[in-house]
Parts: sequence; C-alpha cells; structure tokens
Amino acid sequence: MPDWLQLMLTSFWPLLRGGLIFTVPLAILSFILGLAVGLLVAVVRLFAPKPLVWVASFYVWIIRGTPLLVQLFVIFYGLPSAGILIDAFPAALIGFTLNVGAYTSEVIRAALTSISKGQWEAAYSIGMTTRQAMGRTILPQATRVALPPLGNSFISLVKDTSLAAAITVPELFQQAQRIVAVTYEPLILYIEAALIYLAFSSVLTALQSRLETQFGRYGGFLERVR
Amino acid sequence: MIRLTGIEKRFSGNPVLKGVDLTVAEGAVTALIGPSGSGKSTLLRCANLLEIPDGGAVEIQDLRLEFSAGRRPSQAEILRLRRRTGMIFQNFQLFPHRRVIENVMEGLVTVQKWPKERARERAMDLLGKVGVAEKAEAWPATLSGGQQQRVAIARALAPSPALILCDEPTSALDPELAEEVVDVLRALASEGATMLMATHDLRLARSVASHVAFLEGGEIVEEGAPETIFSAPAEPRTVRFVRSLGA
Repeated sequence: MPDWLQLMLTSFWPLLRGGLIFTVPLAILSFILGLAVGLLVAVVRLFAPKPLVWVASFYVWIIRGTPLLVQLFVIFYGLPSAGILIDAFPAALIGFTLNVGAYTSEVIRAALTSISKGQWEAAYSIGMTTRQAMGRTILPQATRVALPPLGNSFISLVKDTSLAAAITVPELFQQAQRIVAVTYEPLILYIEAALIYLAFSSVLTALQSRLETQFGRYGGFLERVR
Repeated sequence: MIRLTGIEKRFSGNPVLKGVDLTVAEGAVTALIGPSGSGKSTLLRCANLLEIPDGGAVEIQDLRLEFSAGRRPSQAEILRLRRRTGMIFQNFQLFPHRRVIENVMEGLVTVQKWPKERARERAMDLLGKVGVAEKAEAWPATLSGGQQQRVAIARALAPSPALILCDEPTSALDPELAEEVVDVLRALASEGATMLMATHDLRLARSVASHVAFLEGGEIVEEGAPETIFSAPAEPRTVRFVRSLGA
C-alpha cells in the first residue's frame, strides 16, 4: 500500500470524528436556530412597526457587512475583554446562528412576499386570523419558494463551519491541521478533509432535492417550463 | 337582513365610495354592475372587511359595526363579521398546496374547529353539489378554471355563511366554463342563498340576480329589478352603461 493511502486511512477516523462530533452538529444546530432568527427578522421587517424594522435592518446590515471570521473572533477572543467568556463551541454556534439568521431572513422575506395578496384574502375570507393565514396558507407555499436558496445557504454553512477551527473548535478541518502539524503532509490531509466536506454536502444536496419534491408535489406555477 | 349604510372609502385621499346605502334581503341575490373603477369591488370587500370602510355601517343579521375615519374596529369584531360571510374571487384563489377536499375543509377545521371526519363529510356533500366530487383528491392546479371556481364556491359555502360575496366570479373564464359557474350560482340562488355579486356578466346578472344596483363614481345611480334596469332604466347614465354592455 502506498504511503499516502496509508496516511489517508489512518487519519480518516480522526477527521470523520471531528466532522461528526463538531462540524455536523454545529451546522445543523446553527441552521435551525438561524432559520428561527431569519423567520422572526423577516416577519418583523414585513409587518412590525417602524422602530422594530430599523433594529432588524440594522442587524442584517452589520452581519452581512462584516466578515464571518471577524465576527467569530469578536465573539470568542474579543468579548472576554468585556467580561463575557464563552466556550469555543457555543461561541461558534452563536456566530453561525447570527450569520444564518441575517442571510436567510432575506430569502424568507422574498419568499413570503412572492405569495400573492389574493392568498391572504382567501384565507381571511374563510375567517382565518392573521396567524392562521400565515401558518396554514402563506408559510407552506413560501417554504416551497425558499427551499432552493435555503439549500444554498445550508451547504455554504457546512463549509463555513471550517472557520470554527480558527477559534479552537476541534472540528474536521482543525483535526486535519493537527495531523499536518505532526506528519508534514498538508497536500494529502487537506485533500482528504476536502473530500469529507464534499461527501457531507453531497448528502445534503440529495436531501434538498427530496424536500423540494415533497413540497412541490402540488404542481402549478413552478412546474418545469418546457 | 344585510344592510350597508353610508359606506365611505377613500384610497390615499381619493373617494372610491361616497356614502353607499344598500340592502340585501334574506334569500335575495343582488348584482352590482357598473364600469371599471365604479367602486363595486370595493363595496363588496367592505361587506366582509377586506377593506375597512372610512365611514358608515355594515350590518349582517344581528351584528352591526360602525366605522369612522379615526377608528379601526377590533380584530375580534372584524372576525365576527367576516365569519358570517363567504367570498368567491375572480381568479378563484384556491389554496394550491391543499387538495380539493382540503380546500373545502379548511375553514371548518381551522376556523370552526370541526372534527376532521365531520368536516370531510360536509366537504364531500358540497363538492357533490357543485359537481366536482370526483376531483376531491386532486390538486387545484390540475383542474379547469370552471372546476376551480366551483371548488371555490364549495369552500365559501362550507361554514354556512349568512352572505355570499362574489367578486366577478365568471370574468376569468371562457364562456362555456362560465356557464358551469352560472349554473351553480343559479342553483344556489334558487335554494335561498343570500348573495351580493359584482359582475360584468350580463347573463349572470340577468339569470341569477333578483335585484340590480348600478354604481358609477362611487355612488349608486339606480337600482331595481333586473328587467327594469336592463330593459327600461330611468337614469341617462344607466341607459348609457347598459347600452355599452350590448343588452
């Protein structure tokens, strides 16, 4: 067996373990929390009184306008000087959640506004409250519109979690860095790490198209145009 | 009795309805006719508060709500009035993500909190009545326009509203599909449903309505029995409009 294959095999488990224990949970948790933040921000920007809209817009402006890596450094290395000490994993979770929230809020806002006013009126006409109309009529249809761009965000997020290595989270990429530090084989290890990320995102892409089929089963305006 | 009194509505300062009075007797069908922009759709939407009037009162059975420019009625009041009405829209507005039968059940289950099985039975009955029972499990997107509008009628009827509002119910349909919808509405009328409809469709107004009101510039110019309005209108403005319809 060639040396490079030997090295790949022996380092495979540590890398995958970092991926399964840190990368995947970090991505999934921060995506779920980030979606909740994104939905809240989108609803605020569409329906809330002006001052709340300004707060929400300010948040989106800050997060989208500054690098994610810098945000993570502020939370993990910066905040302790202000007396706020957060462990590496929760710091990363907060950073990624805020990031996902800002970006997905725009996707969700666009998806919500893409559903026609007539659908709101139809829901109101049978006596629904605003909350019922939102939950039963608008959101399910908006979800279908939002799925492809949200899939994009999720796959980006999975890869962005490698930035957590810079704030000491022992995730997949940091495991690779550690092994490189002793073996001096950066090419082999980083390619291996890249392949594992590729495997993760491929699974997610497959999952996304299944969800799209599920939410798209009612046909209609989004059907493929021939 | 359904009574609209002194209904006023302005859109960004422009008066669209200038104090309209209209009474719809229980079991009667009133058709609102008039040129585009005359305010007939807005009047219809004021009756179920999709538009909140700036002045006047809406009365449906024993519930009366009064409006003035400064005061918006509470959400609870809006819902109470609205739940006495059902509405049929020009472009159907079925819920595309729900099957046909679910569209009809939606109001019963979500709003009226009926148990699902009972709601399904009533929905099936109504779908049978409008002649699309065999499409119960289909998605709305697979139906013809006429079928979609008939499902929309069943959806509006499901909670047994005191008043059914029809906003140009046949305008988006080809003549033969419009015919199906007119037939269903005529059957409803003969069963004693109380309806208020805005329409351009002469056949619909003539064959279904028992009373016709001609609106222009946000005011009712003339009202009366369909034969009178279409054949022997008194007001010159009505004469001109009816002639333009080719009646």
